[in-house]
Amino acid sequence: MTAMLNIKDLRAYYGQVQALHGLSFSLNEGSLTTLLGANGAGKTTTLRAICNMVRSTGAIEFEGKSLSGKSTENVVRLGIAHVPQGRGTFTTMTVEENLQLGAITRSDSKNIAGDIERMYGHFPVLKERHTQQAGTLSGGEQQMLAVARALMLRPRLMLLDEPSFGLAPLIVRDLFKILGKINREDKVTILVVEQNAQLALELADQAYVIETGRIVMSGDAKDIATNEDVRKSYLGY
Amino acid sequence: MELFTNQVLAGIATGAIYACMALAVVMIFQAIDHLNFAQGEMAMFSTFISWQLMQWGIPYWWAFLITLIISFAGGILIERLLFKPLAKAPILTNVAGFIALFAIVNSVAGLIWDFTIKQYPTPFGSSPFLGSQLISTHQAGMIGVTVLLLIALYLFFQFTRIGLAMRAAASLPESARLVGINTSWMIALGWGMASAIGAIAGILIAPVVFLEPNMMGGVLIYGFAAAVLGGLSSPLGAVVGGFLVGVFENLAGTYIPGVGNELKLPIALALIITVLVVKPAGLLGRPIVKRV
Repeated sequence: MTAMLNIKDLRAYYGQVQALHGLSFSLNEGSLTTLLGANGAGKTTTLRAICNMVRSTGAIEFEGKSLSGKSTENVVRLGIAHVPQGRGTFTTMTVEENLQLGAITRSDSKNIAGDIERMYGHFPVLKERHTQQAGTLSGGEQQMLAVARALMLRPRLMLLDEPSFGLAPLIVRDLFKILGKINREDKVTILVVEQNAQLALELADQAYVIETGRIVMSGDAKDIATNEDVRKSYLGY
Repeated sequence: MELFTNQVLAGIATGAIYACMALAVVMIFQAIDHLNFAQGEMAMFSTFISWQLMQWGIPYWWAFLITLIISFAGGILIERLLFKPLAKAPILTNVAGFIALFAIVNSVAGLIWDFTIKQYPTPFGSSPFLGSQLISTHQAGMIGVTVLLLIALYLFFQFTRIGLAMRAAASLPESARLVGINTSWMIALGWGMASAIGAIAGILIAPVVFLEPNMMGGVLIYGFAAAVLGGLSSPLGAVVGGFLVGVFENLAGTYIPGVGNELKLPIALALIITVLVVKPAGLLGRPIVKRV
């Protein structure tokens, strides 16, 4: 397998504060990888650095192309969909408009209606609510909408920032099942940042553990899940 | 009763112009969170351009169309040259930028076309509309053109992809970038459209207030009043506010003793203050609510 995303010596800054201290990792094409760590470890910053939403140095390569200096919208146009923390829902627009926005950069407008139907297949509740303002959806429904919106890009790589945040455990399980299905069936490479380590490790095949802006552990998700030391020190369960 | 109907209809006609100005102000406010104090001066300059084109012998509607295109490009140019570099600057820097733009546009217009008052033609004529004494054909034309403009804008924002992208960029810039929208160009496009809408307002009102560099001063204040009344976050509110302010202004001038023409403008300002105190979000605006 070839590495789809290669990150070397990534350092990111918020003003004078350095949040990432030389982070390196890579994602294989077709993999489902999770990035774990405590609050403030730098998980969100890593995702934001990939999409150039925070000032950073170091090398980020996606399918052989360097992402440094590319604006956020141009990174997205390469096929990287980012579901941000807080979901980024366009709350004043309808569910269907949110989905259309996900496909706004696509030139194959004929296929967009079909893709929207596919999303309704993944998430039937969105079909029921397709004319509603997205702000009226529940948290779980908004998270589904955010994932569906990201998929409307037909991304090669999908970045998810704490999709389980604020959701009931049953809803999280459903959501993760669908993520696994999207990964297998639609061949979308997925990087998911999570605080819910147990669940994320069940879902993922690769895992990285991040602490104060550095990768401190990496390997098969199964091995990391069963490693007592890792569990106690970093994952806290 | 006829006086009342007459004043209401005349109010709707000038209200249409306020609605256009308010809409232009709201479009830029939505995009960059600043009030464009120079919106009226930009509209005045556009009106002068159309007048100049007609002086050169170009027919009214061609001059109208060419002016819209020039105004659209000019709006984009102003955004690229002046306000894009100020995007991350503090609010007062932006305010200074708008005031500078106001003064520059005003003086340049005076320099090129001087400050004498000029007649401006109307393609609609000024005879009574459909034989009725209540409203003139030009007033009916003002209302008609504005309604057509509003319908076109509605269709554009509701049913085109670029309209959808512009709405997304204005409501949540970061999410818009994350679906691949070039928000910076959407802002520039908003400036271009606001500038063209202002041009329409200027051209329509010029036969009424006459053409001169300060023609839009009062109109813009009514436009601000309309935008504040309807809610700065709501284009629909701006339009509704425009018509309400137009009618209110006329009725107050006619029926409240002692108001007359001289006190109409202070009434608009009083309206701004009242709305800001009583209902800051305006009639149709959304108070900012965040999910936590």
